[in-house]
Amino acid sequence: MARNNHTPSEKTPAPIGRHEELLTDWASDREAFKNVSWGKSMMWIFLLSDTFIFGTFLTGYMTVRMTTTVPWPNPSEVFALTIGGVELPLVLIAIMTFILISSSGTMAMAVNMGYRGDRKKAGILMLVTALFGLSFVSMQAFEWTKLIHEGVRPWENPFGAHQFGATFFMITGFHGLHVSVGVIYLTVVAIKVLKGDYERRGDYQIVEITGLYWHFVDLVWVFIFAFFYLW
Amino acid sequence: MTDETAKDYDAEMHEPTHFFTKYIWSQDHKVIAVQYSITAMAIGLVALVLSWLMRLQLGFPGVFDFIDQEAYYQYVTMHGMIMVIYLLTAFFLGGFGNYLIPLMVGARDMVFPYLNMLSYWVYLLAVLVLVASFFVTGGPTGAGWTLYPPQSILPGTPGYDGGIILMLVSLIIFIVAFTMGGLNYVTTILQARARGMTLMRMPLSVWGIFVATFMGLLAFPALFVSGVMLLLDRVIGTSFFMPEIVSLGEPLAYGGGSPLLFQHLFWFFGHPEVYIVALPAFGIVSDLLSVHARKAIFGYRMMVWALLAIGVLSFIVWAHHMYVSGMDPAFGYFFAVTTLIIAVPTAIKVYNWTLTLWKADIHLTIPMMFAIAFILTFVFGGLTGLFLGNVVVDVPLSDTYFVVAHFHMVMGVAPILVVFGAIYHWYPKITGRMLHEGMGKVHFWVTFLGTYAIYFPMHYLGFVGVPRRYYDYEDIEFIPDSVADLNMAITIAALVVGAAQLMFIYNLVWSLIWGKKADSNPWKANSLEWQTPDTPPKHGNWGVEMPTVYRWAYDFSVPGAAEDYMPQNMPPQPFEAHRAAHPEEGPEEDKPGEDKPEEGGT
Ligand code: HEM
Ligand SMILES: [Cu+2]
Repeated sequence: MARNNHTPSEKTPAPIGRHEELLTDWASDREAFKNVSWGKSMMWIFLLSDTFIFGTFLTGYMTVRMTTTVPWPNPSEVFALTIGGVELPLVLIAIMTFILISSSGTMAMAVNMGYRGDRKKAGILMLVTALFGLSFVSMQAFEWTKLIHEGVRPWENPFGAHQFGATFFMITGFHGLHVSVGVIYLTVVAIKVLKGDYERRGDYQIVEITGLYWHFVDLVWVFIFAFFYLW
Repeated sequence: MTDETAKDYDAEMHEPTHFFTKYIWSQDHKVIAVQYSITAMAIGLVALVLSWLMRLQLGFPGVFDFIDQEAYYQYVTMHGMIMVIYLLTAFFLGGFGNYLIPLMVGARDMVFPYLNMLSYWVYLLAVLVLVASFFVTGGPTGAGWTLYPPQSILPGTPGYDGGIILMLVSLIIFIVAFTMGGLNYVTTILQARARGMTLMRMPLSVWGIFVATFMGLLAFPALFVSGVMLLLDRVIGTSFFMPEIVSLGEPLAYGGGSPLLFQHLFWFFGHPEVYIVALPAFGIVSDLLSVHARKAIFGYRMMVWALLAIGVLSFIVWAHHMYVSGMDPAFGYFFAVTTLIIAVPTAIKVYNWTLTLWKADIHLTIPMMFAIAFILTFVFGGLTGLFLGNVVVDVPLSDTYFVVAHFHMVMGVAPILVVFGAIYHWYPKITGRMLHEGMGKVHFWVTFLGTYAIYFPMHYLGFVGVPRRYYDYEDIEFIPDSVADLNMAITIAALVVGAAQLMFIYNLVWSLIWGKKADSNPWKANSLEWQTPDTPPKHGNWGVEMPTVYRWAYDFSVPGAAEDYMPQNMPPQPFEAHRAAHPEEGPEEDKPGEDKPEEGGT
């Protein structure tokens, strides 16, 4: 079905600026977001809802950090790695953050390639993104293991307030789950792209939709990083 | 319509033929809607029975000795939770949302039917998990529907063993189900409307469901997160919500958490939730009034803006439920002010409903009677809300039966009346038969008058200071004996009202088989769902040709028109063209339904 802006009983004035364009789009029939696929608009709305989930998690974290009477552990010490006898604060997390942000870069390139119709490059870039994601999750698993070895548990830890372990495992766990889902999602779409499943329709918006999710997961990480490791 | 399009149509629709894919594992929004409604009604019946048991205990204390204190708490909790979440939310959004959205905006189905189907099955799972809690050791939770920690997850509260865990798990599953459905509803409304269907031509039912769903997508996350955290506190011993506690002389392992945080998160969800069930009711009742009064809804634009304003404001009033919680009293100022401000758009809606009835051609059909009853009940419950929104008035009334009376009026009875009215209104479209009118009248009068018999006296109980969530009042000094008499009367009324609901369900089944056959538009309504080629609408809703919309849904009693209604897909008529060319003869653009000249000049 062609996506035309056919309005039978209203004349559509020629749009002038961005602002008027927005207004005419919303005042028109059929679609409020012109030429945006159903999947893409649904993804945006889902991400808005998911923002509220992460927002609430972080609000909960900030609140218990204030209500607990026991001192909060010092993140630069807890999250330090000793490499070759030197204690390097936050080194692992710096690498993880770097990897995740790089993966946003490869994702953006994949979207671009998708729209250019270069499905081979698009698919490979998506797989690279997924690999970055996978290495992020692995490093997170490593970090969890290390903390668990040191005795950090959701209900207690040797460094201070109980809530430290509780919020840490809950929030990074929930985020890690998002990354893992994203890796699976990326892989599935990448394989379909490579197999040429979208060739028939000639529409690679799905790459962009996957990208939206992926960028969102990255963005959330930036906040988690700032709140847990830098505060 | 060429052969080509007909062939394309068949290929595109691939209508299921097997019974299983057609009625059970179905992706058709109409079937899913019915599945949602039946499930919600079934679990709602459980909540109704629980309310009888509570009333039996309160009306005749000690007579029914299988109801002990623990059981009473469990009944209160499960009754409240089921009514609010599993009945009303599911019925309005999963039931009416599913049925009405694609039909009213002129789509073939929801944008992602498979996801929509999953939404129902996940909802069913949530209901089953909830029901399972009745059968585990210790029974369902008795924490109150607000589930406040610390007590909700400590031994001593009924349902400590499994009940509270299943309740939280069930809520989390419900939220997943709601999200899958809700994303579909919002996207369908925004992106899949018929040709000519602008947002400002949508019937108000769709607007109400739209705003409510959007609110749900932003409010349920708070319940999701607090549910996860409470579950972790209960199951693995974290202390998100748990402060230092000494129990039976022993300090517990908990410490450092914030019980107030839970209350904030719960009500950040909980207040919008009130409007999640109210806004669809607002929307639907607007349409019922307009159709059965044969008159355009008064102030359509204002109605839409009021819905949006209520939607936004309802996110900043939550702490009016927490005036006595021990939060910083300064918050009380802010939340009392926002609470009173939200009354403004709400009042606008009430005025507009009333003005829609003004000088209208009112047909006292059963849907109309329920719609009018809604206005009365909603105003009544809303007025007591103004009392409770003020800190100084709320403090003495908090946790008394005044509160119970208030919220039952405003969010219990009022939306339920709309559910009933809407069922009487759309049943002919859904099934092709009319509901039995005699039974409908009895149902209406018993329910309407009966609920007043139940809830009116509760306001007095509240003034006397009778506390809510109490199992009995026998040995409490300040409570006079007359309270017992009043309680007995309330119980009798509650049982009668309950019986009327059973008759209603009987009517639903009876009419399905023996009901009068309905034609495709028995109420002569304008909105698209009444203009389908088949009744009940077939898979794909519109046959080969999609509808085109030329007008809003409220062109009733237009002077010059051949009939007193003009369906949304009726092309512009010659007399309208004439009127557009000669604007001096009367206003056209804002379409007042009230421009009969013979009535205007006195
Ligand atoms: C025949 C209809 C109904 C009757 C007789 C009834 C009766 C009751 C009773 C006796 C209580 C307990 C009061 C107490 O001990 O504190 C209660 C609580 C409650 N009811 Fe209803 N109710 C009815 C319908 C509804 C509906 C339709 C809703 C939907 C919103 C609803 C929502 C609630 C809630 C949220 C509570 C509070 C539960 C709690 O305190 O945790 N009720 N009801
Ligand atoms: Cu509220």
